[in-house]
Amino acid sequence: MTEPILIADDVRVVFSLRGRHATATAVDGVNLDIAPGEIVALVGESGCGKTTLARTMLGLERPTSGQVRFAGQPISHRTAALRDYRRQVQLVLQDPTGSLNPRHTVYEAVAEGVRIHRLSGERERVADALSRCGLRPPERFFERYPHELSGGQRQRVVIAGALVLEPKVLVADEPVASLDASVRGEILSLLLRLRDELGLAALVVTHDLGLAWNIADRLAVMYLGRIVEVGTPEQVFADPRHPYTKALMSVLPESPIEPIVLSGEPPDATRIPGGCRFHPRCPELASGAAAAAGVAERCTGERLPVLPAAGTGPTLVSCHLAAMLPDSGLPDSGRPDSGPPDSGPPESGRPDSGLSDLGISDLRISDPGLSDSGLAEPR
Amino acid sequence: MPLLELRELTVTYKTEGGPVPAVRGVNLNVDTGQTLGLAGESGCGKSTIAASVLRLLPTSAKVTGQILVNGEDVLTMSWGKLRAVRWAGASIIFQGAMHSLNPVQRISKQIAEPILLHSPDTTPTQASKRVDELLRQVGLPVSRADSYPHELSGGQKQRVMIAMALACRPNLIIADEPTTALDVMIQAQVLNLISALVRDHGIGLIMISHDLSVLADTCERLAVMYAGKIVEEGPAHQVFTDAKHPYAEALAWAFPVIGDPRTRLSPRGLPGDPPDPAQIPSGCSFHPRCAVAEDQCSIRDMELWPAGERRLAACVRVLEAAEGESVTLIVPNEKSPATGEAAVG
Repeated sequence: MTEPILIADDVRVVFSLRGRHATATAVDGVNLDIAPGEIVALVGESGCGKTTLARTMLGLERPTSGQVRFAGQPISHRTAALRDYRRQVQLVLQDPTGSLNPRHTVYEAVAEGVRIHRLSGERERVADALSRCGLRPPERFFERYPHELSGGQRQRVVIAGALVLEPKVLVADEPVASLDASVRGEILSLLLRLRDELGLAALVVTHDLGLAWNIADRLAVMYLGRIVEVGTPEQVFADPRHPYTKALMSVLPESPIEPIVLSGEPPDATRIPGGCRFHPRCPELASGAAAAAGVAERCTGERLPVLPAAGTGPTLVSCHLAAMLPDSGLPDSGRPDSGPPDSGPPESGRPDSGLSDLGISDLRISDPGLSDSGLAEPR
Repeated sequence: MPLLELRELTVTYKTEGGPVPAVRGVNLNVDTGQTLGLAGESGCGKSTIAASVLRLLPTSAKVTGQILVNGEDVLTMSWGKLRAVRWAGASIIFQGAMHSLNPVQRISKQIAEPILLHSPDTTPTQASKRVDELLRQVGLPVSRADSYPHELSGGQKQRVMIAMALACRPNLIIADEPTTALDVMIQAQVLNLISALVRDHGIGLIMISHDLSVLADTCERLAVMYAGKIVEEGPAHQVFTDAKHPYAEALAWAFPVIGDPRTRLSPRGLPGDPPDPAQIPSGCSFHPRCAVAEDQCSIRDMELWPAGERRLAACVRVLEAAEGESVTLIVPNEKSPATGEAAVG
């Protein structure tokens, strides 16, 4: 396996809330790696922390603990170092109309990065980036303003602006959510083509599972600050193992499975439930399936370890019940017994890694409203 | 008598740059308890149709044709009658629920407003009882009645919008992109709710979206619009899985069926951009983007031809298939064949 280019190593991001004596744990221990030329889709509902994780991997947010490593080096948050880093890892946002300055021409929008990094051959670079993004001939677009372009063309300009610095990784936050249906496929094809031609890796943050099926090499499902299941789209979609992933799959239009509509709104990052963080909404627990397998108590009382970075290995799942099921075929995945191979140094102070294998019963939390972040970080 | 009948509806916006046709001759029927999906991209005229049903279009819009709600033409109705039809006869769930609510009014008051306006003899107690009933109906806890919109999540706000649309017990609901910008799970909750309401109350529903997969799942019939015209109509699932019009087919492919190996690592789009309504291509308006366009497509006017049982499609290939071979390729002679761009792409 090729060495991953971008690694999130046990990243936690905690925000303190203004005016309230509370914190929100947006990202609560995530290991994720991206290999060169790999497209990883990070899916989850709004508020699950996927955008915060992406921002942290871009260096826009400092992890409270853990680290982000690029090409083996932890990213530094000093201004100059960050500027160099952002040449390598570029961001594409959801709404191209909002990300382009309406008073800058296409040329100026794309050339901005070149100027910031004082690179030579500005005109050639801009022309090259535009034509790579399908805006050909590029000269025809140089003097156009965003309002003269269609939505799809604007998104191509935004992607060209990211590409012009020849980055290694693209972080795209909902890259097609605001685009028309027919344009969507064109932009996704572009991302795939850039991966093939330039070996560009991408982290695509989305709530659109169809997008993951369309372009991702690997899929990570995030719930309330944690990755709960990760694997190839083929594996995950054919055999979703986490009850949350199953529910997400079941409500897709045309899904062959009976829809499992989770009631309630996405949970609150200021009050992460104890035990498995999904247990208050878990259909397996509610239906008694977890109790039948004898794990119900663990679901409500025992925290799950952070999933290790998966590489291209088999699906990993963070669920007491799935770990019990014989058909998992993944004896140690998501189990703490062997310890996460790629995870961070044990002295990172994360409370739940590798603790559950010690069988410590006093970790069981009686109050489900009490968050484990509250335990970890006494204020 | 259908609940809603559109007859040769056209809507043209007057702009500084000249008239811009948004809807160009649309015929549609919705009966009680029926669900119709209206699909298309931004600018195709689908939201204009929604607004025209309740005469909500700006004064710059010129509307011709007929819009019959319970057999009465909305376009010629008196203001008093129109006010009665709005909310009580038909109501609209607008897209972007987040921005359609008044931020400084409690939601109970906003839901009660149409009730009090439409039956002035309702007492405040009765109205608040009805509000509680509506909140329960859309699955919101009654305790949220006194919340302000900012205290609710996106899905909850969308439920409030649905509760408002139901407040005066209309027979027809038009839902304009009711789930855009909502998460998959919340989308499923809202769609379930809408389907249950249609089922339990026999409401007629028009649902507007660009996501064919959602419409195919929720509606019985589906109409696909392109550049102000309906290009395909038929049973929703058939249109989604076996579209006859190339545009409807492209739209169906835009949202992959997960697990279908044909779409794995090969997203499909449609080259080109939706047409500018001010410059609609001649002949079949889709021909510049069509992969299977023929010479005649740039000059021949299309109409909805039968394309199987209960199905219609506005594509010459449908006509050719019906006539066995491509026998009659008669080019209408009122147009000079020299106009239009090269069609074969």
